[in-house]
Amino acid sequence: MTTDQVIFIILSVITLGTALLVVTLRNLFHAALALMATFLGVAGLYVMLDAGFLAAAQLLVYIGAISILLIFAIMMTRRLMSADEPAFNSQVWAALVTAVVGFLVVLWAILRLTGLGTEDLSILWRAPVDSKPIGLDVLPYIQNSVAAMGQAFVDPNGFVLPFEIASVLLLAGLVGAIIVAWPKAEDEES
Amino acid sequence: MSFDIVEFLKSLVSLNVAEYLKTVVGDQAWVNFVSDVIGVVIISTFCLLIVIFLIWLERKVIARMQDRIGPNRVGGRYGLLQTVADVIKLLIKEDITPAGADKLAYWLAPFLTVIAALLIWAVMPFAPGVIGVDLDIGVFYVLAISSASVVALLLAGWGSNNKYALLGAFRAVAQLVSYEVPMILSLLVPILLARSMSTVDIVEAQTVPFIFVVPLAAVIFMISALAETGRTPFDLLEAESEIVSGFHVEYGGMKFGMFFLAEFISTLFMSGFFTTMFLGGYRLFGLENLVIGDGWAIGRLLGLIIFFVKMFAVYFLFIWIRATWPRVRVDQILNFNWKFLVPLSLVLILAIAVLDKVIPADAGIYARSSILLLANLLIAMFAIEIMRTVARRKRKESSGDAAMTIDESEHNDVHDAHDSHHEVAAAH
Repeated sequence: MTTDQVIFIILSVITLGTALLVVTLRNLFHAALALMATFLGVAGLYVMLDAGFLAAAQLLVYIGAISILLIFAIMMTRRLMSADEPAFNSQVWAALVTAVVGFLVVLWAILRLTGLGTEDLSILWRAPVDSKPIGLDVLPYIQNSVAAMGQAFVDPNGFVLPFEIASVLLLAGLVGAIIVAWPKAEDEES
Repeated sequence: MSFDIVEFLKSLVSLNVAEYLKTVVGDQAWVNFVSDVIGVVIISTFCLLIVIFLIWLERKVIARMQDRIGPNRVGGRYGLLQTVADVIKLLIKEDITPAGADKLAYWLAPFLTVIAALLIWAVMPFAPGVIGVDLDIGVFYVLAISSASVVALLLAGWGSNNKYALLGAFRAVAQLVSYEVPMILSLLVPILLARSMSTVDIVEAQTVPFIFVVPLAAVIFMISALAETGRTPFDLLEAESEIVSGFHVEYGGMKFGMFFLAEFISTLFMSGFFTTMFLGGYRLFGLENLVIGDGWAIGRLLGLIIFFVKMFAVYFLFIWIRATWPRVRVDQILNFNWKFLVPLSLVLILAIAVLDKVIPADAGIYARSSILLLANLLIAMFAIEIMRTVARRKRKESSGDAAMTIDESEHNDVHDAHDSHHEVAAAH
């Protein structure tokens, strides 16, 4: 049992445990806090995968912005100080089935792309011998360096297209936010 | 195991005791672990103990600037033990939890704030080679932790079961989240110039300290740091006369002491960060690399002293600003950020990025620095001109508005005095 494995088990317990708490807690605010702990666990897993930049970005974006937005939404729409919602509603079985199916699809995709476990279960996957996984031809760029990641962002053989599309999406979000918050003409007269 | 006293003293002077102990004990895994733990303990203890000095310093300096003396009773003529008395007072207070408070949130908030304030010290370069961990993404790590620590404010506001605390927490979160944007954008400028996010690399890249190359970025960072730590003029969040102390109205005793502690630690960190990013950190014309005699690397000790001098100079600036400037209203704070600071910092980063590419690579460091300095001053003059025009227009629209420039308002005040005299004379 190496140190890495111990740390991985601890981080996974944190992530999965708090994720379970998010969907089962009755107090909505506590559920949001548990969601933040889940994000923290995911950031730890990113650090274990040598993706320090991604871990810091997870902290900055998910915990520092999205969770706060969630908490604001909870506070603005639920005026109860001790919110005591029933944890499950009538859609719980459909949600469970969807989650399990989604998990299996993601698992299949990962195993097929990276070829993990092909020796044991080649009967099920039958991955072609010389298939090139998507996007992994820029793998030489993805080292432990932020400069390399920046290069991959603007490299035409790299991720420049997703990068630009994400920028357009963010711009659309900003413009939408401004339009939603723009004071209407009638309000200025009153 | 040969323990040589001279070598030990040399390692002490060069702040490298861990390396020397490794040669004595042998390079095993647990040696690294123990030296890391000791390093963490030293940094945390330093942060917690220096606050005692910082609180006294702040009270004395503000007092002198306000033409009074400050604490001078506890601990001799200079009130040196005043902070100790304050801490004892906080410790012996009754520990109250408000009725109906969310216990988890209420108890977690002060600790999270202090944890975040201590975590960021890991990437502060104190001297050449003396740093907690030289992260590839040092600056980004600081920004991420500062951003994640905003959560603690919401916990405090919500967990207090108090409308005013909640409103104060909302305003605090709005201010902190808003001022992260110009902080990140202004920090991108030294990152760009140093081609790295590691704090050590940024210090090493400052042959000319960046404050002489990109002073506008330094000013924007200073303003954002003031807002992020909640110092005057942006201390609306927690001032006692505003919204009854904002989000920590329901906190007393040591829990309030923790918020207090976290504020001082993060203010000191921001001063240290400012010196790292813009003032050249521990560098002073190569003094930090001084090695005299037979391997006595006192340069590192000198670097540590230089770093502390610079850090406390910036901290003095923080105190000075607190002693002399008034508080800004919360809507003015947010307006100033989104309508002035963010566009300015965007224009700045754009201009610096373009200029950095356009200046030929063999231009030499002084030519490069002067061109960037010129560009900074031009952008700053342009921005001030725009501010002046906007203020003039606003003043024309609504006469008697607060937005006046100094020379014009003196003019107007004289006229108002004359008019009021005429009105009073006419009334009689």
